Formats: sequence, C-alpha cells, structure tokens
Amino acid sequence: MSDPKLKVRVATCSLAGCFGCHMSFLDIDERLLGLLELIEFDRTPLTDIKHCGPCDVGIVEGGVCNAENVHVLKEFRKNCKVLVAIGACAITGGIPAMRNNIDLWDCFQEVYQYEGGLEGHQVPNDPELPLPFDKVHPINEVVKVDYFLPGCPPSGDAIWRFLTDLLNGREPKLDYEMLHYD
Amino acid sequence: MGAPMSKTITIDGKSIPFKDGQTIMDAAMAADVYIPHLCHNPEFKPHGSCKLCTVKVNGRNVASCTMPAVEGQQVLSDTLELNDERLSLTQMLFVEGNHICPSCEKSGNCQLQAVAYYLGMMSPHYNHFYPQREVDASHPDMLLDRNRCIYCELCVRASRDVDGKSVFGLSGRGIGSTLVVNSTSGLLGDTNLAATDKAAQVCPTGALLKKRQGFTVPIGQRIFDHRTIKDVQLGEEHE
Amino acid sequence: MQQTDSPDLPRIMVPILARHGSDSAQLLQILRDVQDVCHFVPADAIDQIAAHLGVSRVTVEGVAGFYSFLSTQPVGQYHLLFSNNITDQMLGKDELLQYLCNKLWLERSRVSEDGLVSVDNTSCTGMCDQGPAALINGWPLTNLDQNRLDLIAELIRSQKPLADWPPMLFEVVDNIRRTDALLGEACVPGAAIKQALARGAKETLSEMDKSNLRGRGGAGFKTASKWSFCHAAIAEEEGSVICDIGGNPERFIVCNADEGEPGTFKDRVLLNSYADMVFEGMTVGAYVVGASKGFLYLRGEYRYLLKNLEAVLKRRREAGLLGDNILGQTGFSFDIEVHLGAGAYICGEESALIESLEGKPGRPRNRPPFPVTHGYKGRPTVVDNVETFACSARIAEKGGAWFAAMGTAQSTGTKLLSISGDIARPGIYEYPFGVTVRQILDDAGADEPFAVQISGPSGTMISWKEFDRKIAFEDLPTAGAFMVFNRKRDLFLTAHNFAHFFAHESCGFCTPCRVGTQLQKKIMDKISGGHGTICDMEELKRLGHILKTMSHCGLGSSAANPMLDAMEKFPDVFERKLKALAFEPAFDLDGALETARKITGRDDEWAHL
Repeated sequence: MSDPKLKVRVATCSLAGCFGCHMSFLDIDERLLGLLELIEFDRTPLTDIKHCGPCDVGIVEGGVCNAENVHVLKEFRKNCKVLVAIGACAITGGIPAMRNNIDLWDCFQEVYQYEGGLEGHQVPNDPELPLPFDKVHPINEVVKVDYFLPGCPPSGDAIWRFLTDLLNGREPKLDYEMLHYD
Repeated sequence: MGAPMSKTITIDGKSIPFKDGQTIMDAAMAADVYIPHLCHNPEFKPHGSCKLCTVKVNGRNVASCTMPAVEGQQVLSDTLELNDERLSLTQMLFVEGNHICPSCEKSGNCQLQAVAYYLGMMSPHYNHFYPQREVDASHPDMLLDRNRCIYCELCVRASRDVDGKSVFGLSGRGIGSTLVVNSTSGLLGDTNLAATDKAAQVCPTGALLKKRQGFTVPIGQRIFDHRTIKDVQLGEEHE
Repeated sequence: MQQTDSPDLPRIMVPILARHGSDSAQLLQILRDVQDVCHFVPADAIDQIAAHLGVSRVTVEGVAGFYSFLSTQPVGQYHLLFSNNITDQMLGKDELLQYLCNKLWLERSRVSEDGLVSVDNTSCTGMCDQGPAALINGWPLTNLDQNRLDLIAELIRSQKPLADWPPMLFEVVDNIRRTDALLGEACVPGAAIKQALARGAKETLSEMDKSNLRGRGGAGFKTASKWSFCHAAIAEEEGSVICDIGGNPERFIVCNADEGEPGTFKDRVLLNSYADMVFEGMTVGAYVVGASKGFLYLRGEYRYLLKNLEAVLKRRREAGLLGDNILGQTGFSFDIEVHLGAGAYICGEESALIESLEGKPGRPRNRPPFPVTHGYKGRPTVVDNVETFACSARIAEKGGAWFAAMGTAQSTGTKLLSISGDIARPGIYEYPFGVTVRQILDDAGADEPFAVQISGPSGTMISWKEFDRKIAFEDLPTAGAFMVFNRKRDLFLTAHNFAHFFAHESCGFCTPCRVGTQLQKKIMDKISGGHGTICDMEELKRLGHILKTMSHCGLGSSAANPMLDAMEKFPDVFERKLKALAFEPAFDLDGALETARKITGRDDEWAHL
C-alpha cells in the first residue's frame, strides 16, 4: 500500500443504525486528510454513490431490520474484500434490537392503528417501503463478517487505530480504553 | 488467622502460598494473581456456576472458586487456550440474554462487560437468542431487568445468607431458568427488599439496579472505563 | 402470571401436607401430589406449602419450576406425553403424535379450550422395547398405534377415569431374552443378608473387594472402595458426631433408580421382577457401611412400579429383613423409603439425585466434597445403581471369587443390556462382560446393522467397522443402553434427537451447558432445515470442545458426544445435508418477513427474499 496511486477503496453504509458511527468517523478530525491520502471512497453517505462497486474494505453500521438492509448488505459482501461491522447495532442489533421483545403485530398496531398514521389508521403497504423482519439481527447473522469494531459509537481514536492497523496490514488491535460497548 | 502459610501451589509457574480451607481462587487473589470470574464474590460462599474461573489442575479442568487448594497443585490459568474458552463462555452469556450495553445504566460499571473487555471480546460471536424476559419496575427503589440476568445467584445468596430475607430465587430449568422473587404476585414491589439490603448491592450486571442513580457518574468516568477488572478486583482484595 | 383460582385448595392441601409431614426434604413429594390432584401447582398452593414447611416461597417455586412433570400453569385433565427417544421416533412416534392431535383437534403443547386434554413430548420413558410409548397423567402407555390412539381419544372424550381404562393399554412386559448369573436364578429373600451377617461386615466388604464389582451406572467406580470410604467417614456438627436413632454415626444408602438415559430400561425390569434382590443388596450395603436409612430414588416415569415396590418393602419388614434388629442381629437396623422423581434426567447424576432427595432442584453439587463423605443432608452416603445393588446381593450370597470368575479381569461379572431399535427381539439381555457387539447383534436378530449407540446419548456411537469391540469398562463401557440402527436409517436424525434431549435436560446451572446445549440444538436445527454449511460443522466441533472441557458435570461434558461421534465416524451423514456454500444466514430470511407480509397484505417482489 505504499504506492500513492494505488489507494484502498472503501465503502460505508448505515443499515438499522443512527449514523452515529459515521459521525464518529468524522471525529478522527484532521487525520482524515492523511487518511484520504491512503483511501478513496466508493458508496458512502459522503459521496452519495448509490451502489457499491468492487472495493477493498466495506464498513457497515447498523443491524439488519428489513428486507432492504439485506439487499444492501449482500451487495457490500459481494463487492468488498474485507467486511467490517462497526458499532453496537451491526454487532449485536443494538438499540433497534430492543424491539425484539415486542411482537411485530403489536408494534404496527400501536404505531399505525391506535395512534393513526399519515394514511389514517392503516398499516402502510407501499412496495417502496422496506418490509421489516420479525426481529432485528446483527449483520454477521446474514453475511460473513471479517472484523468487528464495537462501540456506540466507537471513538474516533478507535476507528483511526483500527483503520491504520488494517491499511498497514496489521491485525487490528485496540488499547483497553478504546474497546467499549457503550 | 493463626495457620502458617507454609503450603504452596503453583499457578502459571509462580509459587503461591495458601492456608488450609482456601480455594485456588482465594490463594490466587491473595497473591495478586487474577483469575477471571463473574459468579464469585469473596464475600459469599462460592457458587461455581459461571465457569469463567476454570483452571487446569494437574491436567484437569476445575472451577478455581470451589476447588480447595492442595499442596503441590500445578495450576495453569493465564493460558491462550483457557482464555479462549473463557471468552467463549462470556460470549455465551451475552447472547443468551439481552445485553444492550448502550441502553444500560450499568454500562461501565458492569462486570460482565468488564470481563469481556479484559478478554478482548470484539463480538458475541454466537447467534443471539433474543429471549423474552420480564422487566419488573414495581419496587419503589429498585429495578429488576431480567434481560441482563446471568444466573450468578449473588442476589439469591446475599438475600438468603446476609439479609435473611430470601427475596430472590431461581426457578425453571436449563435455558428456561428465571430469577423469581418472594411474593405471590411475582412482583418485586410486593417483597420486603430494601435498597439498603446487601442483595441490592451485589448484582454484577445491570439486572438489579437502584432507581434514580443511573447517571450520577457519567459514562467515561466509571469503574471499568479506564481500569481493567483485573486491576480493580485485585485492588479491592488488598483494601 | 401464575393461576391462583382453585376454590377447593384447602380441602386438597390439608391431607397432602398431613401425609408428608414438615421435613423440607418432602417438598418434591408434596408438589407431585398437588400436581396429581390439581393438574398444576397453583400459586396459593406454593404459599401454603412454604408456610407448612417453613421455607421461603422462592424455594418452593424453584422446585416447582425445575421438574418437567410439575407445572405452574394447568395442563389438561388428561395430560399425554409421548416418549421422544429416537427409538420411539423410529417406530413412528412423530406421526402418531400428530394423528392424536388431529383427532382431538389439538395443537401440541397447548391445552384444549375446555381444559380436558393436552399432548406433548417427554424424554425417553424407558419403554424402548415396547414403544412407541407415552405417559398419561404419569402412567405408561405402550405399543401405541393408530388403533390404540383411536381408543384413547374416545376414552378421553367420554372422560372415563383412568382407573376404568382397559388394562391392556398400560401393560408393560419384562422382555427378558437372555439370563446369566444375575437374572438366571430367583433371589431368595434374606439369603444374602444371612451370609453377610454370618461373615461380618468387614469380611463382607472384603468379598465385595474380591469381586472387583464396578458401578453399573456407567462410570465404573469400584463399589467396595465407595463403601469403605463411606464407612470410614463420619459427619460432625460443631465438633460432635451426628448420630442416627440407634446412636451410631448417621450414614445413608441410596439406590439410584433414576434410569433416565434414553434407551435404558434394565432397572425397570430389575425393580419389577427382582426388587427383592435390589433391596437385599441395599441392606447388605447398609450393614457394611453402617447405615440405618436407605432411599430408592425412583424416576417419575416409573411411578407405576411404586405400588409393587411398597408391597415388597412391607413383606420384607414383616419377614424381619428390614426394620430393627434385622434377622435377629442386635443393633442392625435399616429401612428403605421410596422417593419419586418428577421428570429430570439430571437427577441420575449422584449429587443432583441427593439434592432432589432433599426436596430441592436437581442441580449437581460442587465436588469435592463427594457424597461418600458429604451426601444426603451432609452425611456420608453411598449412591449406587440398581444393578450394582443387585450384583452386591449375589456377591454377598455367593462370594467375591464366584463373581470375579465371570467377565474380564477389569470388568468382572455380567452386564444387563437394554436392547432396542432395528432388531427382531428387543428386551433385556444379560451377558458376561467381554461379549462382542457382533454376538449381541446376532442374538437380538439385527438385520443389516449399521451403527449402535452404546450407553445412550451420553455414551458413544460405534459403526459397523467396530462390531468386534467388546462390552467392558476397558473397551466399551456402558450403563446398559444398546440402540441398533440399520443401513436405512438416517443417523443425522439420531444426533438431532439427542441434541434436543440434552438441551431439554440441561439443569441450567453452568454457563457452558445451559447455553452450549442450546447452541448445539440450534445448529442441528439449521442443518436439518437444509441451511447448514461447513462453518456450522466447525462451530459444532468448537462447541463440543467447550462442553467437554468447561462443564460442571457429566451431562454437559457428554452432551456433544452424539454430534462429535457422528461427524467423526459418519461424516457423509452430515455432509449430504450441507449446502455447498461457505456461509448461510443464521435464520430464514424470507420466513422472517412472513409476519410483516401478513400485517401489510403485501406479496410483491420486494416483500420476499
């Protein structure tokens, strides 16, 4: 990876997450400039590219809560040599998985029928809307995942360490204080 | 105690003195050797259920918290293999319950989390069970969130043996085990648990929490945010 | 929430509580009786029992929740549990269960609207030689087929009391196919005790030692050693020796009749037709170790034997073979009490059995200390298998040398095998140790045998290549189960069945077994559903290692055996079920959208995966 012209191509996305991990990514601050010497972006919320092409590293935030998440996740797995699950939601389901204790029927009724949604007490059924799963799952229950970077979100320092280790061909290793689940 | 410490065991090549009646865990902790554990708390009778403290004694695996120290034992503890197995057990504890750290008031003070940090757990590895478990907020001062219970029975032991109340017990079997409380309604609010009881202080996870105190210490300044569980528990041992 | 409504509760509870007294060790027996009458354990009953025994409510609830045959929610007035061993499955159990459910308009594990009936599975009931079998309100039903289920459905619909059902439905036969030193001769009550008394305790122990008898429950610990450890142990409390009524140090003899290992039914036959020999052996044991009290822990599935066992005990008391000054020997007092289990395989583990005898959930204790020094209520206790006591009686009568002359050097005497599966003549076969698997298969009429599960799910599965191996502690140790599978059987189903068995029976005390047996079950379900990959096989091997090395007791450490054996000896059994892909999702993606499809009424392209 010493050849500056051969940049590592990176894609990122957020599934059932809050984009907090992406925000934390930006928290690596001025080191971003250095990082951009080493990498280039494919699909990310930063580039607004809609589909992921062949990449070296795919970084996925958020768990899998609906059919669309599966399509995106499978596209990432297919195109990325290395797939990284970032953040509590991608790794455990996280906060969205707190709905796993609630029956989906009850959930829909509460949101659309008792409270009254935009369409007036009806469950929306537009095919454009991603259909939700019974439960929210971490991404490694749907595709093979190569690395996990926990945290809610992982700190900018943790992300920086993780990426620089990875880009330099080292097995990523976090210091004690960088590893946390909250 | 008057017994002389002339007897020794060897843990990872280090000679450790012990007194009769001490377990391998007791001897190790007293000699500043950390063996990961969750269900063990030196204030209570050893339980031996979490199995994190498993060590190899003369080639055989035993729970160090319940195994009496015996002269000449050759104990292996801090090995790659045992730590890998301990990591697997920790991951099992994570997936069998609903341990959603970002939403838990205990985060940063939680021993389950701290052991996982110590063992370098990057993911729970196994598929999640997402069990249906009940939350009980009926008590004025305490919250019982069974999603986070790891069946260490520390609250059971504390309430029975120290408080003399037997507020808690385990019912069910296998994966269907569940923490029950001592009231016909099944509600914690209908028991005589007091927030000052020993049982209210000993939960290693966020299953039993004092209400209205969740964030008196902010995230980032909590027990295990900067210190490992090893350093914290060995420190407590020598207080 | 628990149900509390039962207006007759005081009327029900008073006689039950009076009958059992106030020793908390009676807790399980009390709960069994309450379940029998109420078809569940009501919350109010839990309070009353707690008050009566002077224990906390959670103590009672803990026991009520632990055992399979107790429930805190009502089951049907007719509660039918199909034995779910692989041998029952091979005889069509799954189809029969569905047939009965359809007939009664019932869903499995759901009580009918009118509360009349419920149908479910239970672990092996020990009737593998006459399956498919079931229990109705705890009483065994055998040789089930559609005709019998038609009749049973009719009897249930017409609400006929069980006592008025045709006796042939409940018929259990011994099926003794081959006898040898143990079963070949009738036991003369008192003969062994007489010999033991004549020899003296010390000499009797020395005969036991000479016999080299090893425990028949599977572990093979030398019985004479166990007895002598127990004899040497004394329980003390605050510096003084704990004594029985006779003023001697208190010790206990316990007969482990919790024959829960799927495929094992030899103890059923011993207790049915050789109960005298078993009690005789217990009495000899009591004489040798100096015990005044014995227990027979009878698995709940065998409650139908209780009446006869009580009758035999009564007869023996009347004959002076139990009670005070047995056969005129001053100071030798011993009596036996039968305790019933309530559906928990784990209680076959000796320390869990002792916990259960004490009226607690059957969770294995931490060891050391061992039961020989700290057993029942903390007193020195011998726990031996039913067959071990039967052998002990024979040894006391005929001498250690006589016994040691049979079998092999390391495995003396004979072994009872419970043979079932793909054979012409299922039943009990007694062989001297050292017999080859091939010989047994020939005798039992096996047609194209392919594999044999030796000693049940916790034992080992051997392939046809190993049929010259011998039944002996030094080669194939066994508690007695011998399940035969022919060439046409899918051995994956066997491993799958056993994975479910262990997950159901794990007591939940230790992490590796509580969670590991579930993970195993889930992976086996995934492979069974056609979604398994090579990764899943690797995961099974890793789990097997954790279970073996980290578990608290033998249940956990053997729970991976069926999977590991099958993968090692019959790799194609797994491989032909696997997908060629390296990875498959952990759950059925399209299936997990079904609820949302139903709610939204969608069936478009994007509503599927």
